[in-house]
Amino acid sequence: MSSSRQASRERVKPTSPQETAEALQAAAADGRSVRVIGGTTKSGWGNVVPRADVELSTTGMTKIVEHNVGDLTAVLQAGVSLARAQETFAAAGQMLSVDPPYGAKKAATIGGTVATADSGPYRHRFHALRDLVIGVTIALPDGSVARAGGKVIKNVAGYDLAKLMTGAFGTLGVICQVSVRLHPRPGLTATAHAPGEDPATLAAAAAALAVRPLEPLALDVDYKRGNGAVLARFGGVTAAQQAAGALEILRAAGLPDATLVEDDEPLWRRQRKGQRAAGGGTVIRIAGTPRRLAAALQAADALGARAVARGAIGTVWIKLPAADSAEQIAAIEELRARVAPSPATVLDAPDSVREALDPWGAPGPATIALMRRVKERFDPGATCNPGIFMDGI
Amino acid sequence: MQTPMNDLIDELRAACGAQHVLTEHDDLRTYESDGLLQYVAMPRVVVLPGSATAVAETVRACHRAGVPWVARGAGSGLSGGALPVVDGVVIALTRMRRILEVDLVDGRVVCEPGVTNLAISQAVGPTHFYPPDPSSQIVCSIGGNVAENSGGAHCFKYGFTTNYVIALEIVLPDGQLVTLGGDELDRPGYDLLGAFVGSEGTLGIATKITVRVVPTPESVRTLVAFFDSTGRAGDAVSAIVSAGMVPGAIEMMDQLTIGASEQAAHAGWPLDAGAALLVELDGSLAECEAQLQDLRRICHETGAHEIREARDDAERAIFWKMRKAAFPAMGRVSPHYYVQDSVIPRTRLTEVLERIDELAREYGLRVGNVFHAGDGNLHPLVCYDGNAPGEAERAEELAGKIVIACVELGGSITGEHGIGVDKKRYMPTMFGEDDLAAFQKLRCAFDPDGLANPGKVMPTPRLCGEVPGPYREHPLEKAGLAERM
Repeated sequence: MSSSRQASRERVKPTSPQETAEALQAAAADGRSVRVIGGTTKSGWGNVVPRADVELSTTGMTKIVEHNVGDLTAVLQAGVSLARAQETFAAAGQMLSVDPPYGAKKAATIGGTVATADSGPYRHRFHALRDLVIGVTIALPDGSVARAGGKVIKNVAGYDLAKLMTGAFGTLGVICQVSVRLHPRPGLTATAHAPGEDPATLAAAAAALAVRPLEPLALDVDYKRGNGAVLARFGGVTAAQQAAGALEILRAAGLPDATLVEDDEPLWRRQRKGQRAAGGGTVIRIAGTPRRLAAALQAADALGARAVARGAIGTVWIKLPAADSAEQIAAIEELRARVAPSPATVLDAPDSVREALDPWGAPGPATIALMRRVKERFDPGATCNPGIFMDGI
Repeated sequence: MQTPMNDLIDELRAACGAQHVLTEHDDLRTYESDGLLQYVAMPRVVVLPGSATAVAETVRACHRAGVPWVARGAGSGLSGGALPVVDGVVIALTRMRRILEVDLVDGRVVCEPGVTNLAISQAVGPTHFYPPDPSSQIVCSIGGNVAENSGGAHCFKYGFTTNYVIALEIVLPDGQLVTLGGDELDRPGYDLLGAFVGSEGTLGIATKITVRVVPTPESVRTLVAFFDSTGRAGDAVSAIVSAGMVPGAIEMMDQLTIGASEQAAHAGWPLDAGAALLVELDGSLAECEAQLQDLRRICHETGAHEIREARDDAERAIFWKMRKAAFPAMGRVSPHYYVQDSVIPRTRLTEVLERIDELAREYGLRVGNVFHAGDGNLHPLVCYDGNAPGEAERAEELAGKIVIACVELGGSITGEHGIGVDKKRYMPTMFGEDDLAAFQKLRCAFDPDGLANPGKVMPTPRLCGEVPGPYREHPLEKAGLAERM
């Protein structure tokens, strides 16, 4: 996943989990490192590392293996693009309830999305990708192909390696195939859109909605330099009616200009877009809590940055304004100081920025020691994406 | 005579207080089984630590002595997951039952492992609730729920324990205290929390648990529809799901279980109905009302001859009592029964029920069916008379065939009860050697010495190779409990 300045020496594009495992085993046998790539929409995330000996692309595995319409499940090979998978599911009135930005050319793959644990506004209602992946097939550097989980939504047989692989950035093996749980697409949607200027008021209004027995599909906050809004999206035949109920709560919470938006997709496209930076920009993801939301928005304000936040989750994406590397580094450090103890992970950023500071931030020493023990068991020779992950794993 | 075990017991007394260390046969007998009574094993000692520090000291002492241990919550598990190791240590968490923090702004509850599942919902009600609700929720502990990744009736809509646990303080098998996860939901790093939940006590002991709680739905509508057969009721389930509805719960009971539960709950349900489908819609008032009409229509169209809606909370409670009493009530119609927990893709429901009927006829045994129909989690109750020669064995064989039929249809050997000792023999029907080897990698990362709940989950005992390092004899090898493979 990490960017490297030169191309790798060897490129492979296996077409099956078995071939993937063989490629990993061959590399491991003579100590060569492997960089795993999918749609390369997030290849700039993680630590900057020397180029790998082998570049392994999952885009040779592009089969939608199963779409079990009646069961609301699907089995996808890692290289299937998220956009294509969603089109397939949409044809049956269904969706994979994860909606991160699809990246340049909509090339984001399901494998890369799982590996990076990326998410979008539907994180609010449908949990994270870790909660939607019900099975996984991984290729390991010892040449084995291992499966965990299965194809049914309820299953506690064996260890949940699917969760372990989600967000591991391919450092424990290569995700070749995943089974996912699907949901019905909401027939209609409507959004309560409540503009406001003050970060604390916006955060408080989002919190006021979050504790009510409403069931929005998404509950976001948008904020940049005094222009902000709380957005609550509802679905179902009564979407507009539900959104109207939310308007009252938002108005009572100090956002009198709240309005109902029925053609709401552009609003949410903009929210998703706020999670990424194109062309040398910098985005930091803060893993916060609802209580810390106001402070995160105020930190964005101090830096003149745009913030896109999941109101009831507390996760915030901060997009820094254009600046040179030294200024960006200073801004990231200031941001981290302001939002502590929330982890602030640098996602998109120029190499010069990611080289100058730790994109991951530091976890506790006991936790990192345990992470290293897991890494040593799954990838003892540090074959898979060495160095790109937290603490240089 | 002072033996190594006596030394260990002295250390455990120092760690937990002498009155909380049980070594007398009569005291130990309480702990020889969990909720699955057919497995019995006598531990050498049971400790009841009162704090995370005491748990850590206990585990550290066991680690030094090379003695295996089993953590235990309420002991209500149904897979023998808390079955003691013979002559080993049982660490019972029942004294650690404090709710430490309730934060309804962030929607969090922090508690000790011995707190009951229901107590969490009670601590945050009526505005909030904790969704995973196993039928044993009055007694089962949250620590046990974490170990088993417990489900319940409402997981079709709300998910499982693993979707609600956000942080754990755990004691690793070497006695070290580590925190997995945190107050924040989207923390970077390996999802060790996700790997730990559902690991059946083989990776460590949770000593402090943070769960998410959610706002109580504005409206709950509960109805029961009666059908001629489980097949018809199964058609209704498919139609409900295909219509895009995600009810809070969809539960099915067949005639045998309706009859048994009726004796316990007295709901006045028709005893001649072939199946009862209990459906609960929850959410906003407007959406519930709109979906309720659709739901009634679908049930009628698929052949329901009667639909009853719970008029108030009291009646809703009776409906649920019918469902939740099904296991214990089965004791009224059969001297013994064997519970299965297999899962199938929901669309194969009719097929698998027919197969179960066939098997029941073939074996000459009655099988009651009560299950979470929304997520295809079956609980066939194989009835038998343990005093009739050979009948217990036949029941177990029949239950095994049901499990295998479910796996062949693309399902799982367990949906919520766990593997424990009871289902580990079926693991190879679902997983190959490479899959099991990958599981073992995770287990070894947490517990290289194999002292945490050994003999559970994996079909055959296996040891961890060192990474890297010279060979040394494993404590279990030394004790003759396992062989190096």
